[in-house]
Amino acid sequence: MATVIPAGAARVVEHNALVFRRQWRGSLTVSFFTPLFFIASMGLGLGSLVNRSSGGVGGVPYIDFLAPGLLAATTMQTAAFECTYPILGKILWDRIYEAMLATPLKVRDVVIGEVAWVTLRMLMVATIFWIVMAAFGVAHTPESLLAIPAATLSGLAFATPLIAFTSTQKNDSVMGTVFRLVITPLFLFGGAFFPISRLPFVLQGVAWATPLAHGVALSRGLVLGTIAMPEAALHLAVLLVYVVAGGVIALPLLRRRLIK
Amino acid sequence: MASDSTPLISARGLGKRFGELVAVDGIDFDVARGEAFGFLGPNGAGKTSTMRMIACVSPVTSGSLTIFGENPATRGAEIRARLGVVPQADTLDLELTVRENLIIFARYFDISWAEGRRRADELLEFVQLKERSKDKVDDLSGGMKRRLTIARALINEPDLLLLDEPTTGLDPQARHLVWDRLYRLKQRGVTLVLTTHYMDEAEQLCDRLVVMDKAKIVAEGTPRELIEKYSTKEVLELRFPVDARPMLDHTLDGLADRVEVLADRVLLYTSDGDAAVAAVHSRGLRPETALIRRGTLEDVFLRLTGRSLVD
Repeated sequence: MATVIPAGAARVVEHNALVFRRQWRGSLTVSFFTPLFFIASMGLGLGSLVNRSSGGVGGVPYIDFLAPGLLAATTMQTAAFECTYPILGKILWDRIYEAMLATPLKVRDVVIGEVAWVTLRMLMVATIFWIVMAAFGVAHTPESLLAIPAATLSGLAFATPLIAFTSTQKNDSVMGTVFRLVITPLFLFGGAFFPISRLPFVLQGVAWATPLAHGVALSRGLVLGTIAMPEAALHLAVLLVYVVAGGVIALPLLRRRLIK
Repeated sequence: MASDSTPLISARGLGKRFGELVAVDGIDFDVARGEAFGFLGPNGAGKTSTMRMIACVSPVTSGSLTIFGENPATRGAEIRARLGVVPQADTLDLELTVRENLIIFARYFDISWAEGRRRADELLEFVQLKERSKDKVDDLSGGMKRRLTIARALINEPDLLLLDEPTTGLDPQARHLVWDRLYRLKQRGVTLVLTTHYMDEAEQLCDRLVVMDKAKIVAEGTPRELIEKYSTKEVLELRFPVDARPMLDHTLDGLADRVEVLADRVLLYTSDGDAAVAAVHSRGLRPETALIRRGTLEDVFLRLTGRSLVD
């Protein structure tokens, strides 16, 4: 029982895996072609203009700047998709959690199991992303593999707060707003496509307050081999605070939602 | 382990509140091993709240409750490991097949994949869904979904099966199929606790039942005892034309032990239905129909609460 995650949470992961077994081909195909298209069009296409006009970004070709940042932005999207509609569906529409809680499983197992599952999903997405990066010659060193767990941690910093948020929702009316006002702006302005230092000063502060800026900096620094230990530790610390805080508030919120 | 003579479920002064709303108001009951025990009552009487407390998914607000001699507040997971639960609304996984629904549920009880598959096939046979095992749940009829839910509740070979309105919303044929399976479980010695607002369901399945109304238990006994105590051997049901109803007020007095005037019919409680029909006619009354039937739990409920079970 005293393995990495509790046995009950492992069952929740198994449930997700059984459902995923029906969709994995399509899902992994999307996870392959999305970065392929982005890196090809933005990294190579747009990048050729950027490189010609300003010699790349921060001393590296645009594609090298873009790809590792985009990796962190992509795991954020995975976290956002996995931790909103599917979770609300299991609370509200299909009532999967109600069925689970009629067995020896507990709310804690549900929370830990869902976090473990989204972690696995992000590891899949990030690994495929890294393979695409390697194909473009952007993953220069073995150390660049560290960007996979780094981007996964960055995504987790969105996953646990989003599970907490979803636990409070009575329907899906606010979810679209979360994507439009949080996830998409962060994807576009959070440091993946251009340096945060290019944003107006106030927005720079906003960007650094979110987990994505730290995830992007960490991923990029690891792939480019430019990050120093103290800076990496700072980014890691911020991400961990988000992960833990999100998990700590998600548990009582989901319990309040499910146990009446 | 509790011995055979100790009750499987024991409640004393059991209560449940949701804010200001009192859903269950200090009820006492015991359920013995091997018994089929029912909660009969209209919607909103507190049956489901009681069931959810027994199922260890809803905390007890007041009083005491033990299941298998254990406290649900501290031993919920251990108690749930020995329960089978059929909730009021199906909570089947629509993204999985019929068989997968059972196998993954076995995993929640820490049953191995191989054993889960074995039990799933056995149970699909039992609930007559073997041919549908590879189908998506969404394609099943309401009755089939209900039977699958029952199969799922049996996957851990429970000591106690809880059924919250097992046949509500099913057509008569589907109901009889469910009843037949439940009857077989009862014969195998599985302890059943069910809620229902159908008196025929309660009469067919329950060895003993309590009648609930407005969060309280208003009577307890076997179906036969309750009928003997609160109804009469025979009931004469009369239907009158709509325009004749206002004149009925006192014209039926003295024709039976008790007279109930309902919206659509008049019930005369009597030990001799034929004599009552003759008496009605001798007073010059001309009902459209006159039906003599035996007393049922519906009559018990009417007597106890002044209302019908299903409005």
